[in-house]
Amino acid sequence: MNEDIRLMKGNEAIAHAAIRYGVDGYFGYPITPQSEILETLEALMPWETTGMVVLQAESETASINMVYGGAATGKAVMTSSSSPGVSLMQEGISYLAASELPALIVNVMRGGPGLGTIHPSQSDYFQTTKGGGHGDYRLIVLAPSSVQEMADFVSLGFDLAFKYRNPAMILADGVIGQMMEKVVLPEQRPRRTAEEIRKQCPWALTGKTPDRKRNVVTSLELDSAIMEKNNERFQRTYKEIEANEVRYQEYQTEDADYLIVAFGSMARICLKAVEEARKVGVKIGLLRPITLWPFPYEAINNIAKGMKGILVAELNAGQMIEDVRLAVHDNVPVEHFGRMGGIVPNPTEILMSFTNKFGVKF
Amino acid sequence: MELNQIINPANKVYSRPALLSENTMHYCPGCSHGVVHKIIAELIDEMGQQENTIGVAPVGCAVFAYNYIDVDWVEAAHGRAPALATAVKRLNPEKLVFTYQGDGDISAIGTAETIHAANRGENIAIIFINNGIYGMTGGQMAPTTLEGQKTATTPYGRRVDLNGYPLAISTLLAQLDGTCYVTRQAVHTAAAARKAKSAIKKAFQNALAGRGTSVVEIVGTCSSGWKLSPRASNAWMEENMFEKYPLGDLKNADVEK
Repeated sequence: MNEDIRLMKGNEAIAHAAIRYGVDGYFGYPITPQSEILETLEALMPWETTGMVVLQAESETASINMVYGGAATGKAVMTSSSSPGVSLMQEGISYLAASELPALIVNVMRGGPGLGTIHPSQSDYFQTTKGGGHGDYRLIVLAPSSVQEMADFVSLGFDLAFKYRNPAMILADGVIGQMMEKVVLPEQRPRRTAEEIRKQCPWALTGKTPDRKRNVVTSLELDSAIMEKNNERFQRTYKEIEANEVRYQEYQTEDADYLIVAFGSMARICLKAVEEARKVGVKIGLLRPITLWPFPYEAINNIAKGMKGILVAELNAGQMIEDVRLAVHDNVPVEHFGRMGGIVPNPTEILMSFTNKFGVKF
Repeated sequence: MELNQIINPANKVYSRPALLSENTMHYCPGCSHGVVHKIIAELIDEMGQQENTIGVAPVGCAVFAYNYIDVDWVEAAHGRAPALATAVKRLNPEKLVFTYQGDGDISAIGTAETIHAANRGENIAIIFINNGIYGMTGGQMAPTTLEGQKTATTPYGRRVDLNGYPLAISTLLAQLDGTCYVTRQAVHTAAAARKAKSAIKKAFQNALAGRGTSVVEIVGTCSSGWKLSPRASNAWMEENMFEKYPLGDLKNADVEK
């Protein structure tokens, strides 16, 4: 088999992977640093090939609600944005989750709060993993740390979203979106036929036929007893996802005295720090959560047992650190290293942090 | 003549539309929604579109429209129905896609979604009920509330210096190149209801034929919100609403061409 290997930006990889997955529709609004996703899709004109719909909406509010409408008809639909735009989308995301609809949302994070900066950040961790919109709901959250994963997580995100009837988010940052790397693009898959959608999504709005009752996609239920039952059903789905879909990657944790927990571009920087530390005999390992929700609590607890300390490194003021602390139950000291406002640190800063926080000498 | 000689199927000239469900409507006595629902149910049946229709329900009094008309529905967030309908139609171009929206939904919180869907010429029908008030939340001011009109949030009457002017969104939508048909109708008399039915049918035909966006505004009553009897509501509507919102076609691309 001839692999289709290209050099491209993470954002471009998302666009290519979406077409090749057989996505039915993309709805988006320009915002730095992710505009290449919409630009690439418009340039590739997939409506001429796979029949995929690509539409520039009037706002992120509109684009997420287009996703909501499209998802209600059983189609594979997605949107992308960056932090301020994703804040605008929270209403629609809550409706998608409450209506138990599959969809893919890409957030290429930039520094906040407010209009903030166009430079990379990971400061939407709380918004993404703890809620963001109103109500008790969860998003399946995938954190890519390479251009290859930007491409791969499109299909993983959609597969999980359809499996659990729950929206999924690719939570990238400006580094992953903008950097160019080698990527192996997936094979082109056909879009699902109307018949396949009817079979896979019996709940979808495909037109009321005599053989079934009308399908209604709604999140509204004024009877509190039924609404509580609905919530219990959502919670059962979340438990199932937590039991089955935790994903993470370990690097040199077996003999490590210290552990770094980092995701996305920060994990790449920390990997270099691990290599540098080991050159001078300091045994540091790295655990990279791939799913930020469900979070690898158990894995971190098991791996960190007996270690001298954990450094949680993030491009924010300290968000994922709360989950790492929950994971280890105060059995291991947990410290934070963070940069904010769009600053991307170098590996030396990570090592200096080990000296400052844990007294490690290099 | 015995009663059962009169009430027999051979003499039946009118009945509940096949696509109007048996659910008891939650609408107040005198409300226009019931009549418009009936018209839509009749039309979808008469046009043979039940299996081909997807409705988009609003937030407002018509939030439960999906309980009454027997087609597939999605319930939008407040004001977002035209955005949902855009995607539903683009991804399912053969379907008859319509939104059903109130004045707050279409011309306050959803103004951007409405104008841009219409400006793109999405092949959808927008059915817009204008009763000049927020019915569901208890009778607050709507963008379409008339100057001087008392509501829960304009207890001394709407003042333009405080609240701005009544917004005739359909007049605005008629200016857009994406709309092919914009009309303002009412359902307070049998004659008016028949005209409204023709208008909605035309809007559905336009959506199916891909002629662009159609908007059918129905100037309606809200007896509860206006605090008037159904009969007095009709009279008040004719005297006051029709002056600001005159009935008739605002744009009809067929005729103009």
